[in-house]
Amino acid sequence: MSAGQPPFDSPEIRRLTPVIGPGYTYGSVTDKISAIVLTRPTSLGWYVGFLIAFSLMGMLTVAVGWLIIKGVGIWGINIPIGWGFAIVNFVWWIGIGHAGTLISAILFLLNQKWRTSINRFAEAMTLFAVACAGIFPLIHTGRPWMAFYMFPYPSTMGLWPQFRSPLIWDVFAVSTYGTVSLMFWFVGLIPDLATLRDRAVKTPMKIIYGMLSMGWRGSARHWYRYQSAYLLLAGLATPLVLSVHSVISFDFSIAIVPGWHTTIFPPYFVAGAIYSGFAMVLTIAIPLRKVYGLEDFITMRHLDNMAKVMLATGLIVAYGYFMEFFMSSYSGNKFDVFLVQQRLHGPYAPFYYALILCNILLPQLLWSFKMRHNVAVLFIMSIVVNIGMWLERFVIVVISLTRDFVPSAWGRYSPTFWDWATFIGTMGMFVTLIFLFVRVLPAISIAEMRELVAETSEDEK
Amino acid sequence: MHLHRSHIYGVMGEFGDPEELIHAVQKIREAGYRRLDAYAPFPVEGLSEALGLKRNLVPAITLLGGLGGGLTGFLFQVWANVSSYPINIGGRPLNSWPAFIPVTFELTILGASLAAVFGMLALNGLPQPHHPVFNVHRFSHASSDRFFVCIESRDPKFHLADTARFLQSLHAHHVSEVSDD
Amino acid sequence: MREHEQHEHIDGRHDRNDPAADAKLREGSMDLAAVRAKLQSKTGKQYWRTLEELAGDPEFEELLHREFPRQAPSEWEDSVDRRDFLKLMAASLTFAGLSGCGRTPEQYVVPYVKQPEGMVLGKPQFYATVMPFGADAIGLLVESHEGRPTKIEGNPDHPSSLGATNVFAQASVLNLYDPDRAQTVTKFGEIQTWSLFVDSAQAIAAEMKAANGAGFRMLTGIVTSPTLAAQIQSLLTLFPQAKWHQWEPAVGDGTREGAKLAFGSYLNTVYRPEKADVILSLDSDFLGSGPGHIRYAREFSRRRKLNGPTDTMNRLYVVEPTPSVTGATADHRLPLRASEVELFARALAAKLGLGGSAAIPPDAEKWLDAIAKDLQNHKGASLLVAGEQQPAEVHALVHAINATLGNVGTTLYYTEPVEAHPANHLESLRELCADIDAGKVETLLILGGNPVYNAPHDFDFASKIKFDEKKNRKPVKNTIHVSSHFDETAELCDWHVAESHYLETWGDARAFDGTVSVIQPLIAPLYHTHSAREALAAFGDKPGVSDYEVLRDRLKAANPSADFEKFWRKTLNDGLVAGSAFAPASANLKFSVASLVAAKTTPADDIEFLFRPDPCVYDGRFANNGWLQELPKPVTKLTWDNAALISPKTAEKLQLAHNVAWRGGEHGKIYSNVIDIALSNSKVTAAAWRLPGQADGVVVLPLGYGRKKAGYTGTNKGFNAYAVRTSDALWTASAPTSAIKKTGDDYPLACTQYHFSMEGRQILATGTLEEYRRNPNFANEHAELPPKELSLYKGEAEFPYNREKWAMAIDLNKCNGCNACVVACQSENNIPVVGKDQVMRGREMHWIRIDRYYEKAKSATNDPSSYDESLFNPPTFFQPVPCQQCENAPCEQVCPVGATAHSAEGLNDMTYNRCIGTRYCSNNCPYKVRRFNFLRFQDWETPQLKLLRNPEVTVRSRGVMEKCTYCVQRINNARIESEKLNAPIRDGAIVTACEQACPTEAIIFGNANDKESRVAKLKAQQRNYSLLGELNSRPRTTYLAAVRNPNPELESA
Repeated sequence: MSAGQPPFDSPEIRRLTPVIGPGYTYGSVTDKISAIVLTRPTSLGWYVGFLIAFSLMGMLTVAVGWLIIKGVGIWGINIPIGWGFAIVNFVWWIGIGHAGTLISAILFLLNQKWRTSINRFAEAMTLFAVACAGIFPLIHTGRPWMAFYMFPYPSTMGLWPQFRSPLIWDVFAVSTYGTVSLMFWFVGLIPDLATLRDRAVKTPMKIIYGMLSMGWRGSARHWYRYQSAYLLLAGLATPLVLSVHSVISFDFSIAIVPGWHTTIFPPYFVAGAIYSGFAMVLTIAIPLRKVYGLEDFITMRHLDNMAKVMLATGLIVAYGYFMEFFMSSYSGNKFDVFLVQQRLHGPYAPFYYALILCNILLPQLLWSFKMRHNVAVLFIMSIVVNIGMWLERFVIVVISLTRDFVPSAWGRYSPTFWDWATFIGTMGMFVTLIFLFVRVLPAISIAEMRELVAETSEDEK
Repeated sequence: MHLHRSHIYGVMGEFGDPEELIHAVQKIREAGYRRLDAYAPFPVEGLSEALGLKRNLVPAITLLGGLGGGLTGFLFQVWANVSSYPINIGGRPLNSWPAFIPVTFELTILGASLAAVFGMLALNGLPQPHHPVFNVHRFSHASSDRFFVCIESRDPKFHLADTARFLQSLHAHHVSEVSDD
Repeated sequence: MREHEQHEHIDGRHDRNDPAADAKLREGSMDLAAVRAKLQSKTGKQYWRTLEELAGDPEFEELLHREFPRQAPSEWEDSVDRRDFLKLMAASLTFAGLSGCGRTPEQYVVPYVKQPEGMVLGKPQFYATVMPFGADAIGLLVESHEGRPTKIEGNPDHPSSLGATNVFAQASVLNLYDPDRAQTVTKFGEIQTWSLFVDSAQAIAAEMKAANGAGFRMLTGIVTSPTLAAQIQSLLTLFPQAKWHQWEPAVGDGTREGAKLAFGSYLNTVYRPEKADVILSLDSDFLGSGPGHIRYAREFSRRRKLNGPTDTMNRLYVVEPTPSVTGATADHRLPLRASEVELFARALAAKLGLGGSAAIPPDAEKWLDAIAKDLQNHKGASLLVAGEQQPAEVHALVHAINATLGNVGTTLYYTEPVEAHPANHLESLRELCADIDAGKVETLLILGGNPVYNAPHDFDFASKIKFDEKKNRKPVKNTIHVSSHFDETAELCDWHVAESHYLETWGDARAFDGTVSVIQPLIAPLYHTHSAREALAAFGDKPGVSDYEVLRDRLKAANPSADFEKFWRKTLNDGLVAGSAFAPASANLKFSVASLVAAKTTPADDIEFLFRPDPCVYDGRFANNGWLQELPKPVTKLTWDNAALISPKTAEKLQLAHNVAWRGGEHGKIYSNVIDIALSNSKVTAAAWRLPGQADGVVVLPLGYGRKKAGYTGTNKGFNAYAVRTSDALWTASAPTSAIKKTGDDYPLACTQYHFSMEGRQILATGTLEEYRRNPNFANEHAELPPKELSLYKGEAEFPYNREKWAMAIDLNKCNGCNACVVACQSENNIPVVGKDQVMRGREMHWIRIDRYYEKAKSATNDPSSYDESLFNPPTFFQPVPCQQCENAPCEQVCPVGATAHSAEGLNDMTYNRCIGTRYCSNNCPYKVRRFNFLRFQDWETPQLKLLRNPEVTVRSRGVMEKCTYCVQRINNARIESEKLNAPIRDGAIVTACEQACPTEAIIFGNANDKESRVAKLKAQQRNYSLLGELNSRPRTTYLAAVRNPNPELESA
């Protein structure tokens, strides 16, 4: 902790950086948050932003369409580099998703009050990120229309998926992850949907929100079961989120490719995922609170804590890099040793150094209290980390493949226009979904904010 | 005056904050009422105790779901690889059980989560398009900033006038009867 | 009628393994009279008339002239509608029943109402034939499916092939189905009928008769065909004043003239490398090209065979300017400039006491002593071979030295020339051009060849036949060109006669040792094509006599035997006339070394430019063959282009570099500097390529590229080296360094293996004979193999594979990187051609690749374009890499859908229709032998290419992974046979395509469970090692370490 910073979570720091602005009542939080969805007029900015994002999403449709027509050959992949952008982006997006689950599940179990005002859109972010991620494993196959072979259905040939393959583990892990995140998110939404139902003025709104809220009436009995179910979900989502990225890391660590075949991957993939995830939450939270004036709900305390989590996970990742180095040198395996040298001196060395800069060096600024409390810095930092984590996946997936065992087969990879179009397209899709989300659903959990109001009022008593 | 009970669901009292609500609920139960329910915009600490809620099947259902998912997952993989379509994959044994663990784990989680959510909804009788309490106009505040308790007409001690009066004695801001249609 | 064709048909079939059937067939009485009757009968004509009617049909016209998407897939896809395809298919089926005689009324044959005797649908048949090539004829067995020739194999009974093949023979079947072939007779580009051509030919002949044929000239390449020669002779007698000229652009006159210089007459030399202990090649690629090279490679490799440390090996010295496969195989290789090779020969002659003298480079002196001693120690068991491109003097010297060493009669012998009419081609062409200029030529008949493209540019052959604007007349009144394609020459000639492919015609040719071999058609001409002989005959007194008759008559005349039919059947069955090889001729030396004029030398600081035939497209005749265009050249690994090959040091001096592109990189796209080469007042622009092992100061310009009118695949690929090739410097030109100028541009070259260093990994185990004897196990000491119990699944039962256990052993000591296996595999397994762009992206599809490594090369990891001294003359090794068929296959474990799995016999199978194309298997394959259909590489439209496919191998489409299957279709055929006979599959019953094509017997396939099998014996050797065995993938394909046999004297230094 840098100088001039009070000890963590002291009453003083709560005063300095509360999790909710002063003077809020049940009614006022409800009004303020639901207003964004119900009464507040849609701003021109929203339309502009949405249109930009949506047109990028259109580009994704074109890119995928062309891919289906011509084949994966339109990408930069080749032999020996069979996996390129598609897998890099897949891992990157999944990783981003993890922060949402982490915030809503793990912080919930740890009873961290500050999670309350960010968990809702963090979970939404998870869902959208998983949606973006899910596109890639599907379209990266040579024959996407045959992808259903990967599911265990009774086929006429009596064949089943090959359960030893990490790709099949992926199928189960990612689909489970998607399902659970969706349920977690929706369960959390039910009371707020009820609120919107009761406050909506337009009849169609009433009907839609009414259907979605399933007739929730806040009965104490319901709350009783609701809470235990929510707690259980959180308890289940926690190991799930850890397992999902471990499984993703198996895609590489199960293979024998030098640079992939290492046991450190699961922990350091998970850490990396959380790292990039929190970065993405910041990237979204900072503009969101500004635009919708939610500074009182998403306070400096939140940003500060997220920055700290980034710092911590960033250090774990750094440790991972170091151990990769150490182990390959220590093992004396000539292929691993060679790979390490490749990263430092090979044709792709600049990427590796950029990665070190983005993921290890720059984030050290976050040690400083001032930096953590400078919104602009945090925003830039979050972008930097997102880039850094993308580079990490690029280094792992692509560079390891360029120069493996047999020198005669060595090659290189560079993305084509279509690689970029697909990648940027998914970003467009992600942002589009975020835009829609903040427009039609409460970006902050109203019910939990009321709880927070109650608790803080107790604190004051 | 005399009203047909059948048309009355119960009597509802409205309170301003959680403390009043809990206090009221305790009083009502002391008064011997058993068929009542409280309504709040967020889970109020101590309310379930005050209402004397104990039985909760959700954890049990979740456990079953988890076990079911996990077992089916593992056994299915063994069956598919060993007996349904045995095939030599890279010289690995047919029953490469360590390779089956990840899928087993994921299916455990999936089963448990599905059970938890749908179990909860089922026990809560949701989705439920309509409920008598919605007939009370002010009940729309139950989802924002007001707290309600409703003594149901099914309660043997229930008498419209007396119960309403009793609720007023608990400083309810409003007391209204909840019609059944 | 029908029966006769059947008998003809059966005649032709090559029944080596099935004598019973053969006997049965021979019982079938033959009524030749009837056959001949039919051949002259109207029906024969009627057949042609029907085709002419067909030609009248607008849709068929369209089919003939439409631009098909070629073998290389193009962005636009042109679909040929079903009707056209069915027409062609019907036509080919028409021909199906009658490879025996090739003429038949179609109504009898389509469809098979009655199945031709001896043909079982779905069962391939094999016919013996030969492919004439230069002064050689490669004996072949051609696989035919329902009348479609689909695969070329070597004819084990034929002296020139001994059952093996080379890349040209393998790829020639693609030429047959080349959609760009000329398909009909044309005049000034307009479609004409054959009969019209014959009529006008007769008219011309009548004119010439008056002048005794003065002004009638024929231009051919090398002719070894007795029938064709006889035809020409008959014309020469008909027209006494007529002349026969010859021009073979890629075969030097040195060989011919050298013999004349030495012996006073043209003689043909036949080598016996098998009998030689010490071989010295003076710039000769006798293992990789030239007459008999397939056989020589086989004989040579037999002396490289090692069963144990006690075995002995022959020793090969190579002195050459630019690396060839022979040079790569050598125990000692000395890079010398082409001109210095002659000096070396003279110096060696002097050393061996033949007189004369010459000054050679100092580093060569030490060599000279060692070699001279070695040769003298092996008198009668040594052999000197001179290169085709070397001047007559070198050949004469070599004849002299071989004589003094007493090698004549033991390691080589002389015969009368194989060529029907040996002559100095350069002079012959010069004379023709002079006569044309002098206006002495009335009618020029060009049989094959493409002089406009490949004649020395100072002859300016185009101007000899092109309409002369100034004089407002044609230099030659009538020009007729007979060739397979409407090429650069055809464009300028009046008449063009589409020439039949050798698989479509009857004919004959002499092999390198004089053996008369029979060209037997496997299919009637696909289009209105005719043989060169038929075109000639059109001018003679008996036009329209079929090749079939001519051949039979000639054989009958040449072999008066009691039962000609028996002889005929045997000849067709064997593909050659038994015992027709030339007997050794006595050759007494009529020249003294001293009498030689001083050698022509290149000034020391000048650059020497060498013209060499390209290893893939040869002199340009294969330019439109996609298989050969995409075939990585043995040493450079370049595809789709030729490049000016420059030694690293010289390139350094000229500051010529390569840059590895980001897309594809080392395994695909290399940008190299473009240079202008100003030579003999002409200029070419070429991409420069640094070639380790090339003599300094030497630039090699491979011939055969830069075609302007080759067809879709071959046009405008590479640069045309003929453009700077002049008659006074046909093989070696020299110019000061200033002749080379950097243009500043870069040109992308498609190179399938740019990285040549093993990075200190023992990928390719090598050693010397000494090391091997000292430590026979040297190959296995580089990496410890993990113990079997080292497994996650302890105690789990292994898969036993106790039935057959297919395995392959590749002897790196024999492989000379000739590429025959690569093309054979492509042909057998319907492997698509992907085109230059895709190769540059690292997506070529070859199931077996041949890796080339420079043993002492330092790491080239960081800057592949930085060469160093270690690349001056690096020991070069080749390693064929097919699928290793690992028992613990890393690819299988990661496939999510089980599309690749193990068979009961341990084959690593691919299930194409289960594959969804995740490419995970390829990522996890340590050998990177898996190939992926990134786009729709296979050509599904072009009808001709459909006829080419092997029906026993799935044609893969887009999005699926594929790889070597050990030719599983052949394995299954063998199993079916063995189960029918209820006998085990004997060793050698299954021969994979690569194994069958291999001239050096380097690839052996078989059942590893059978301890007596060849493969099991090889694997039992200590030289046997697994590639990357330390990964515990347990490959079924293993390698036998390469062992070189260096001369201790040269080693010590």
